[in-house]
Amino acid sequence: MNDKPLRIQEASVSFGSVEVFHQISLEISRGEFVAVVGPSGCGKTTLLNLFSGYLKPSAGSVICAGSMRMVYQHDSLFPWQTAAQNIALGLRELNDEEQRERQLRQMLSLINLEEFAGHYPHQLSGGMRQRVELARALAGDTDILLLDEPFSSLDYLTRLRLRRELARMLEELPRTVVLVTHDIEEAAQLADRILVLSDRPARICRELQVTLPRPREPTHPEVVETVHAILAEFGLE
Amino acid sequence: MTEKPLTPKAGLLPLIVLFVAIALWSALSLLHVFPESVFPSPQAVAKGIAEEIRTGRLLGDSVASLFRVTTGFMIAVILGVPAGLWLGHHVRSRLAVLPAINFFRSLSPLAWIPFAILWFGIGDLPAIFLIFMACFFPVVLSTLAAVANIPSVYFRVARDYRFSGLELLTKVTLPAIAPQVITSLRVTAGLAWLVVVAAEMIAGRDGLGFAIWDARNGLRMDLLVAGMVAIGVIGMVIDRVLMMLTKIPSVRWGYER
Repeated sequence: MNDKPLRIQEASVSFGSVEVFHQISLEISRGEFVAVVGPSGCGKTTLLNLFSGYLKPSAGSVICAGSMRMVYQHDSLFPWQTAAQNIALGLRELNDEEQRERQLRQMLSLINLEEFAGHYPHQLSGGMRQRVELARALAGDTDILLLDEPFSSLDYLTRLRLRRELARMLEELPRTVVLVTHDIEEAAQLADRILVLSDRPARICRELQVTLPRPREPTHPEVVETVHAILAEFGLE
Repeated sequence: MTEKPLTPKAGLLPLIVLFVAIALWSALSLLHVFPESVFPSPQAVAKGIAEEIRTGRLLGDSVASLFRVTTGFMIAVILGVPAGLWLGHHVRSRLAVLPAINFFRSLSPLAWIPFAILWFGIGDLPAIFLIFMACFFPVVLSTLAAVANIPSVYFRVARDYRFSGLELLTKVTLPAIAPQVITSLRVTAGLAWLVVVAAEMIAGRDGLGFAIWDARNGLRMDLLVAGMVAIGVIGMVIDRVLMMLTKIPSVRWGYER
């Protein structure tokens, strides 16, 4: 019955005298991949915090139906746990131990890190750590995935690889995704719908649809065209 | 600057230093810079150690000192770590008691010796009390600092994955502070070992500190140095044992990045 699991209705958020959002409204459909881009400091992460319930709006309402996981900007793997133990956090809700073990194996093979199951985060490269973060967030039965600039700390080539991996993982484990990013190309390559936010107080100044099926190449004409459109919106082209 | 990789033989380097030190010591004693009665030779000390081992006194004194250190240190850890955990999570309480903790931490535990004797007499209790006073405040302080410095993202992740209550404590907070707390336990145990010697000199009838004091009163400088050797060696062993805690795989992250 609930085909719009994420809804924000005329929500406002202020930090002291700074108004971040003024009566912003947004609906996200089940299974949709939405990317949010905008100038830095405009409130992209605040939007995710509204969805996750970490932040309450000062006015308006936020509805979030379903269980959700967040992938954070900075290293958020537990450094005292191995890659496998971290991923197993995502399977905590499962009661059947055999099932848990099987799904853990599946997740490890999905991110091609079977050999590194027993490694601690500090023994892994940045790209590997981020793959483990994705696997932890995707493990188990969650509906919604919130991504807060998940690839921003990686080099360009690793970023390209992880975009491809994320698309592949979502093919196997479909989720409703909200991706906050400052990487316009990343948004164009991955999302079904791109929301361009304005400066504070942020409003959605443009919505772009990308209908091309995933996985997409970053150089595909439709992706490139979308990048152009977003850059134009920021007055950079 | 790059250093050559160490070979297993490098483990012998400290022995060379030891031999050089003993050689210098022998030379000084052979040259009679100080009279034999106040500057015992290595041979006299070796004989003294052998004598102390034969009579069983060295073992008895070591056990007495170790018992006091272990007891005082354990009580300080058992009370200090939970106190630090609580203060680390509660800003107001922290503001309230931090100056008091810093006051007591800056106070040499030896200043408590007169009270220790008046309140607890002579023997195990005053020494345990002094060791507790020496260890409790540093343990509280380092634990609360470690808790207050846990990156907040770990708690957000813990919330996302439904950790709460006791599980949050044992699976998130404690492992997150473990490396820092282990480091502080090593420092604090060293402090306890320093304090027990002083405590026993004044408020003891046995223990290594008392043995030194007794040797001094009997003008047996060889036995005095024998006691010093035992104190140094045991102190090194205590640190070695606690250092093994840093080898636990789930705390390595705290020392390697």
